[in-house]
Amino acid sequence: MDKAQLDQIIEKHRGDAGNLIHVLMEIQHENHWLPRDVLHQVADALEIPFSRVMRIATMYKTFSLTPKGRNEVHVCNGISCHLRGGKQVMEAVERVTGVKAGETDANWRFSLAAGACLGTCSLGPEVIVNGKHHARMTPAKVEEVLKEYP
Amino acid sequence: MTRLSSAAELEQLRAQILSSRDSAKPCIAVCAGAACHGLDSLQVANAFQAEVGKLGPAAPVEVRVTGCHGYCEKGPNVVINPQEICYLEVKPEDVPEIVERTLKGEVVERLVYAHPDTGEKAVHMKDVPFYKHQTRLLIGDNTRIDPMRIDDYLAVGGYAALAKALFEMTPDQIVDEVKKANLRGRGGGGFPAGQKWETAKSAAGDEKYVIVNGHEGEPGAFMDRALFTGNPHKVLEGLIIGAFAIGSHQGYIYTRHDSPQLVKHIEQALAQAREYGLLGENILGSGFDFDVELHFDVGIFVSGESSALMRSIEGLPPEPRPKYIRTSVAGIRDKPSNLNNVETWANVPQIIERGADWYASIGTAGSKGTKLVSLSGNVRDSGVVEVPMGTPLRTIVYDIGGGVAGGKAAKAVHFGGPMGGSIPASMIDAPLDFDELAKLGAPIGAGGLLVMDEDTDMVEVARYFLEWLTTESCGKCVPCREGMWQTMKVLENITKGKGRNGDIERLQDLNEVTGAACLCALGKTAADPLKSMLRYFKDEYETQIGRGSEVKGGEVVGSAAK
Repeated sequence: MDKAQLDQIIEKHRGDAGNLIHVLMEIQHENHWLPRDVLHQVADALEIPFSRVMRIATMYKTFSLTPKGRNEVHVCNGISCHLRGGKQVMEAVERVTGVKAGETDANWRFSLAAGACLGTCSLGPEVIVNGKHHARMTPAKVEEVLKEYP
Repeated sequence: MTRLSSAAELEQLRAQILSSRDSAKPCIAVCAGAACHGLDSLQVANAFQAEVGKLGPAAPVEVRVTGCHGYCEKGPNVVINPQEICYLEVKPEDVPEIVERTLKGEVVERLVYAHPDTGEKAVHMKDVPFYKHQTRLLIGDNTRIDPMRIDDYLAVGGYAALAKALFEMTPDQIVDEVKKANLRGRGGGGFPAGQKWETAKSAAGDEKYVIVNGHEGEPGAFMDRALFTGNPHKVLEGLIIGAFAIGSHQGYIYTRHDSPQLVKHIEQALAQAREYGLLGENILGSGFDFDVELHFDVGIFVSGESSALMRSIEGLPPEPRPKYIRTSVAGIRDKPSNLNNVETWANVPQIIERGADWYASIGTAGSKGTKLVSLSGNVRDSGVVEVPMGTPLRTIVYDIGGGVAGGKAAKAVHFGGPMGGSIPASMIDAPLDFDELAKLGAPIGAGGLLVMDEDTDMVEVARYFLEWLTTESCGKCVPCREGMWQTMKVLENITKGKGRNGDIERLQDLNEVTGAACLCALGKTAADPLKSMLRYFKDEYETQIGRGSEVKGGEVVGSAAK
């Protein structure tokens, strides 16, 4: 994400402390993580203490304070996926990617997240990679699916 | 688009839209609800558009990309209107055949519903078992509406209730009608909406807010998204009527950030409503001003709690506050703020249009109208279901859902996600009713119904729910933060074969404290699944704890070795 684009998002909300969550969400969607210097810039623009920005940035699971890998893998751990074998799928994803939920591998290929629930329970257990749903997964299918994401 | 400045102009526009459409012309509705979308239904939609496009601008058939039809298990769904021919699991390669046969007035037999056991086929929606037993007052329009086009909503009678409310009723009459209909909140508590409206209406001050809670953070619940994504104007119309009744000029929609379609459809609905003068200043020339802002949850369950949600709208961390003063008296920026769930708001237009008496004729003595249910878990046909209140759970699970998946037996039915409860399958004749199910220990909650089969480990389910909630609590109050954690640890030990004598009492003690001392409903009801399980499945807990005594010197031995 280039600096001009970032500035544009922040400028839109200048002086509006009530839009803190909104600004961070927009930056996260575009940039996939929240660098510290950007958070300082947000604090200055919205005229609020840096600590308040950090409090919001660390509270929500969507916000990441570390860079993400090329591919964001989301394994649903909602109850419906869980009942249909989501845990075994997660174990297989952990094995194939070599990382645990919340981590990114050394080659920046995968960032793994566990989360509930995207409301597509009929497709469970689900693995979502870069927004693309892979429905009715089994541990055996994991390797083949992740191969598509170099 | 022209701005409408009276009820008559709205009706003129509606007549114009209807006269420009041929109601007999086949319309291919392709579902782009969350599940079908996940199954690449947009490729199917594109294939239809390309195929119909070949027929030129005067094609005798049209294509409409719609919201959720309901039968998620068999997606991508395609429905041919007006006959409501139902095609299931449609692939792009099926498209040319469907178009060709539709033009000839024929049916593609191989794509219609076939009963998995008997092979008996059903062509029309009204004959497909999944739909046959439903009463789809709220979600039924989804197959007729492209959520990106307000004209589609007007074509099915949209915003007529708003015109009636603005020009034929006083705010008091509207509140009375909603009270008389006995509309109860669909978000979890089942609190009477009319009573809440009245509190906000009579609260002091001129500045008041109305809020749509579209957070739907509970895992296994997806009906609000289906409704809101598929028919955003229905919710918006209810909200505007509520705002007029309460005397609010500013509304907020609080919803999920992680569903791009949902966000797109709501933004479009707001923009189109503004262009038509259904939102903004002087709505329909009535002199009533009202507008709506959109806010998002970015990933924590507690922010769906009403007072936490309101903090979040202010840009503050979503932490609940004690509610000895209701949010309908002091909510956002301490102004009266009336919050209702998506489904509650969506019920309002039909109550105004068809009257409280009609509405109250549906359902049971204490629970009126229909209820949307997200049916999932170990069930054969999962999806979004709408049935009248009072419908036996058996009808939902067996007649609509086709029973338990994989030919297994049902063990339990769970309502309300991590703050709900499980009842044994033997109680499956219980009616879908706020009070009846709460008495049994499985309150409806928002309407997420999970079927659990005979292989389900009930200790593990309780542990799972608590583990999930510990990461979704805000951590502000100690009983919630620590109580849930300790409860989860006890359960974890039991599932690992490290249960100890007295664990059940320890769990009951913890349940009592969290239930009484937590600040908000998240903590207060976090132990509810566990309580229901200790009520109905205690022997399973005792057996697993008993296994713990076989553990010697930290080594798991015998049957406890998993």
